[in-house]
Amino acid sequence: MGIEGVGARVARKEDKRFITGAGRYVDDMVVPGMKHAAFVRSPHAHAQIKKIDVKKAQAMPGVIGVLTGKELKADGIGNLICGWMIHSKDGSPMKMGAWSPLAVDKVRYVGDAVVVVVAETKGQARDAAEAVEITYKELKAVVEATKALEKGAPQIHAEAENNLIFDWEIGDAKATDAAIKAAAHVTRMKIVNNRLVPNAMEPRAALGHYDKAEDHYTCWTTSQNPHVARLVMSAFYNVAPENKLRVIAPDVGGGFGSKIYIYPEEIVCLWASKKTGVPVKWVADRTESFLSDAHGRDHVSTVEMAFDKNNRITGLKVDTIANLGAYMSLFSSCVPTYLYATLLSGQYDIPAIHANVRTVYTNTAPVDAYRGAGRPEATYLLERTMEAAARELGVSPAELRRKNFITSFPHQTPVIMNYDAGDYGASLDAAMKASDYAGFAKRKAAAAKKGLLRGIGMSCYIEACGIAPSAAVGSLGAGVGLWESAEVRVNAVGTIEVLTGSHSHGQGHETTFAQLVNQRFGVPIDSVSIVHGDTDKVQMGMGTYGSRSGAVGMSAISKALDKVEAKAKKIAAHLLEADEGDIVIENGALKVAGTDKNVPWFQVALAAYTAHNLPAGMEPGLKETAFYDPSNFTFPAGCYICEVEIEPETGTTEIVQFVAADDFGNIINPMIVEGQVHGGIAQGIGQALLEGAHYDASGQLLTASYMDYTMPRAGDLPSFKVSTSNTPCPGNPLGIKGCGEAGAIGSPPAVINAITDAIGIADIAMPASPPTVWAAIRAAKH
Amino acid sequence: MSDVSLMVNGKRVSGAAEDRTLLVHFLRENLGLTGTHVGCDTSQCGACVVHVDGKAVKSCTMLAVQASGSSVVTIEGLANGADLHPVQAAFKEHHGLQCGFCTPGMIMTATDMINRHPEGLDEATVRAELEGNICRCTGYHNIVKAILAASKTMAKGTKGKAKQAA
Repeated sequence: MGIEGVGARVARKEDKRFITGAGRYVDDMVVPGMKHAAFVRSPHAHAQIKKIDVKKAQAMPGVIGVLTGKELKADGIGNLICGWMIHSKDGSPMKMGAWSPLAVDKVRYVGDAVVVVVAETKGQARDAAEAVEITYKELKAVVEATKALEKGAPQIHAEAENNLIFDWEIGDAKATDAAIKAAAHVTRMKIVNNRLVPNAMEPRAALGHYDKAEDHYTCWTTSQNPHVARLVMSAFYNVAPENKLRVIAPDVGGGFGSKIYIYPEEIVCLWASKKTGVPVKWVADRTESFLSDAHGRDHVSTVEMAFDKNNRITGLKVDTIANLGAYMSLFSSCVPTYLYATLLSGQYDIPAIHANVRTVYTNTAPVDAYRGAGRPEATYLLERTMEAAARELGVSPAELRRKNFITSFPHQTPVIMNYDAGDYGASLDAAMKASDYAGFAKRKAAAAKKGLLRGIGMSCYIEACGIAPSAAVGSLGAGVGLWESAEVRVNAVGTIEVLTGSHSHGQGHETTFAQLVNQRFGVPIDSVSIVHGDTDKVQMGMGTYGSRSGAVGMSAISKALDKVEAKAKKIAAHLLEADEGDIVIENGALKVAGTDKNVPWFQVALAAYTAHNLPAGMEPGLKETAFYDPSNFTFPAGCYICEVEIEPETGTTEIVQFVAADDFGNIINPMIVEGQVHGGIAQGIGQALLEGAHYDASGQLLTASYMDYTMPRAGDLPSFKVSTSNTPCPGNPLGIKGCGEAGAIGSPPAVINAITDAIGIADIAMPASPPTVWAAIRAAKH
Repeated sequence: MSDVSLMVNGKRVSGAAEDRTLLVHFLRENLGLTGTHVGCDTSQCGACVVHVDGKAVKSCTMLAVQASGSSVVTIEGLANGADLHPVQAAFKEHHGLQCGFCTPGMIMTATDMINRHPEGLDEATVRAELEGNICRCTGYHNIVKAILAASKTMAKGTKGKAKQAA
């Protein structure tokens, strides 16, 4: 490993612009003639639109246009769609209701966009938006998925009877029922996974610019996947053909899933730009983000876990109801199915599993993937159940888990996944050691002397990253392929541009991807530029989500580097009059192995472009493209241990220790990987202790600002003890598994297991806020 | 409309602003200083923190006209020419940022915090005093580390200067 190569803790190249205020986010973009948009949103959770009167608004100062859904439809703009087809167990396709970018006849959640106002200034747009008069006929609303399924519940979409989108199953029901019947012990739980709001710190934004002369659109947008945005807006929303639409995702301030989807606002800004003849910018304020960003989680499940007399798991039966909100967001259907139920085997050898999942419309914001997407829900369900089972069986939680670990690979689970590599015992051992698990009883006694309740909880998670291969996901209903592309362009002076279809919105690609190139050619990372986020520069790509940029994105780069290396070696062999097979790359030069004959990297590059002396028949230039489609998911796994102290008089929980032991396979930059884990854990602790999106019964979002929705702050969290072990992933050339979501997946059950241990109760709802904990302590006493 | 005149990053600037214009919007839209960010609308997130007359202020909580006559330093004006400010350097060295959106506010808050604590900082104090700044990426772990490190660097710098003066 060189100082800038694979495995080195290299400080990030991209930091300079962010720490000096020179980052360029969508809201920082200004184009000549640019005007501002404000959306009029529904104040009702469920209502018919009776009349829209825009006259007063049109007459307001600075107003350029006030546009409605009727005009949008008349111009042929399509409805938003969910891009993953799921069939119910009776074979019928999912029941997708229409989602117009601007509501026409009906609104279905508070925040549903109805009218857009374009004005000279943002303030004028907002003033005029307030002057738009919409007459609604309010309808009864329903916000909880379980209630939406009840007879007589309000019908949200005509297409989905009883609000049921699909009723899907996976696994072997008969075998699972038999296992439960024959069990020596069955642990039964009701598990609620609370609804969250992703809350990337940069609010969503879009700037649409229609160029009349060229009949061409440009969209600057806060996207994790600009190419997917272009594809979807072209193919499905009829905004413009792909060659007439450029999508740019510049610096993007965090995503966590919420910026995967194509939302109404970017479609409307592009359309409105053509309609009004001016570039149109919209930036969400935080309350708009709370109302209209796709939310995450919101599952209600029951689980039965069967054990034989030796405490080995023999079966797992799960029934889940997932709230998808008022409309089906782009990937909403795959989250509670193929990203959730396929992970229900966890780290355990379970012979029989069956899961039934019903997805449901409610009068709430659309729900889609949020950091972890389905895997946190699966992990929470399993690891809470394991903990409960250990307590019921009177055995150590660690040993119950260890006894049931999968220990040989590859391992085929009963729910599709084929785990390729792992060492779950190693992570468990590392976490127990780092947390001084053995010394816990002493610490608990010491805390008790201070009047504090101390508890410990663990969680052994597995997740699946780099969702793939394309043919397999296609057969499961995905509307897209899940490969990644890369282009490596070596300039005539030897500097390198790497074009990638991945997108960095905090992950540090500009550094790690450059490290990969440094490792291969010895070129300093300052001489390597990573180009991403612009459909005019990068031909095609699938973007960044599901912890795929390392395992899939970098594998594509690696493949392109292979091709560049092969050509460079041919050129060097020709120049050095040596055999191609004898050429090695060392310290920035191509050498004849075992001799001092060499040609520096930049001279090979120059030779490729001068083309004065190339091998016969070789094309000039040094630039290669690769597409990489993985053969399988990757399977990061690990063990998290959380220790809490609870102040019984106030119900305040302090996390006194948090240990993470992860197996991410090979690692390019440990500093960046640790940062990903820290951030994920903070979000997981946020879910467990602080965060929850709450709608009242009428469908008003009560937690629509940072005054109401409790974001984790520095004082809520400890410093984390993180470590990694490594079983390289055999499925990709770099042995990488992915690290972006693990923290958020593994941590919530560890926290809740610790709290329930401290109080001595079976369960507590997330978020375990002080009032909830306080009440639980009181209830436990009585 | 009101006339606003103030010092920003050592330069005198003036312009007309609507009475309701917030300082952050004046900085971003009138002056093109887009390093100061807006992450919420309730003065909670701290992405907009700047220094007004030497004190950390959420620039979304102050009207531009209120800042008239003041001296404002934004993230763009923190470094001394090409040399990074020690807090900026520490954020880079300790990976105290990911997406970078909260970073300018974090750095301005941290600089103010270190200045207010010449006696030095400990982890608990740093965490408590970051109450007004939200980061969604880092889990704060490396931000805390960076601030503690910068605090030490800046203390050494002050001692160095004191020695030179003596």
